[in-house]
Amino acid sequence: MNGWDWIHWLIFVVVILGFALSMIIVFIWTERKVIGRFQLRRGPNRVGPMGVLQAFADFIKVLTKEDIVPAKADRWVHLLAPIVAFVPALLVLAVVPFRDGSILADLNIGILYVVAIGALGVVGIFMAGWGSNNKYSLISAMRTAAQVVSYEVPVVLSIVGVILITGSLSMVTIVHEQQVPFILLQPLGFLIFFLGTTAEINRSPFDLLEAESEIVAGFHIEYSGMKFALFYLGEYAHAVAASAVITTLFLSGWKGPVLPPVLWFLIKVGFVFWLFLWMRSTLPRLRVDQLMGFAWKFLLPLALFNVFLTGAEVLLWEEKMASWGNFPWPFLFLNLALAGGLIVLWSKFFRLGGGRVEV
Amino acid sequence: MRFKRYGAGIAKGMALTLKHLWRRPITVEYPEERLIPSKRFRGYELVWYPERCTACATCAKACPQGNIEIVTSRGEGDMYKVEKFEVDTGRCMFDGLCVESCPFNALAMGQSYERSSYCRGQVVLSKEELTISEERQPSGYARPEIEALQPEQTLLIYRTGGVR
Repeated sequence: MNGWDWIHWLIFVVVILGFALSMIIVFIWTERKVIGRFQLRRGPNRVGPMGVLQAFADFIKVLTKEDIVPAKADRWVHLLAPIVAFVPALLVLAVVPFRDGSILADLNIGILYVVAIGALGVVGIFMAGWGSNNKYSLISAMRTAAQVVSYEVPVVLSIVGVILITGSLSMVTIVHEQQVPFILLQPLGFLIFFLGTTAEINRSPFDLLEAESEIVAGFHIEYSGMKFALFYLGEYAHAVAASAVITTLFLSGWKGPVLPPVLWFLIKVGFVFWLFLWMRSTLPRLRVDQLMGFAWKFLLPLALFNVFLTGAEVLLWEEKMASWGNFPWPFLFLNLALAGGLIVLWSKFFRLGGGRVEV
Repeated sequence: MRFKRYGAGIAKGMALTLKHLWRRPITVEYPEERLIPSKRFRGYELVWYPERCTACATCAKACPQGNIEIVTSRGEGDMYKVEKFEVDTGRCMFDGLCVESCPFNALAMGQSYERSSYCRGQVVLSKEELTISEERQPSGYARPEIEALQPEQTLLIYRTGGVR
């Protein structure tokens, strides 16, 4: 390891920290503004022009709040939980390429690393649920653990489709291999990954862990002040990370015409986040059995099918490459059609509680 | 074929919210933007017309709370002179009975709704404070001739149309 490596790492650690924190602030503002517009409100518009400074005002307010630890809480677990929940989201960004070569560490197992680190956030949430010594917190934490473990399966399987095509786990190679964004070549995979990630970062409509109507605020009931703010920031940090990973895997990362690569990357990240917001503003929260049923009975079979389909296509293309030219256009249309057909078909098959409960 | 259980409902909902995104916000940004209240708004405070008042005290008798206090003395000819016409608006419940009962149309409900004050003494209004002025305009409650002159009420339903 030579000196240049250290400089590279130092610079990129600063860049990623800056990127993550500024994106979190931008996302908080965007979320409040866009959700407001979806609901025919104006969103924040008092602090600064168009309310852009609202996040800072909230931050100052939250800093001045009293830090309360419940009397019978597990003090150290309670203290560590927000940090453990926040850090993995930043770690994920280490392997996300902002443009060709702009990456902290081009791991050759990049996507595996993302999957492994991404699931760590749940440890923080579970620590919060356990450490608070509150029954609602614990219920929320148990739910989250079950949810994240369940959705990890279809998410990983949908990534397999991408890996089969690119033949690499490295995020940079995955972007390089995308002649068209993989959302077109892997529409089903994208959908499964998108929904699974939404569940994994606990965003609405899969935000059962903080279902206000059932368990007050879930795992962060007993948190106030800066610790609560860390959870709040962590939620958005996870959203940033998830948007960046989806951009890299399915929207061809930094690639794009005319505009500079970094700008394309930011535009795509913003678009993915907007999709999250659109979904949040439309769909009501799922019930626990619906949530589990959706993962195991809907996403998992489709993800398995997607793996087999992609595998067969990759094999077939290697034979036909000479006659079809550089790009498997037939598969593009076939996959789109199959994705639509399968979703409609599986929606028809999808039953909860032995066909008792209508969804 | 019925497209009921094919996930079409989700697509429908998503399309609806997307349409909402381009609609004009329904929010009224209050201090900067005000709505015109109803023509027959029973707004804060009364408007008293001293030239029409005969000091008959019908309003004072009609008031269930006894908020209106009238003291009279002998005036010119066979008229009473109003010495004191005091209304404790702090206890007023805006039933409008005084306005309805006035035989000479000498009272009307007000149009305003921004009259909070810092102490209780300020809400007891003397006869000078009750006369019509720039910020004390009568509303059309039980006064059809005033109602006819009032501007049309702004309803939010008229603002839902149009894009922004």
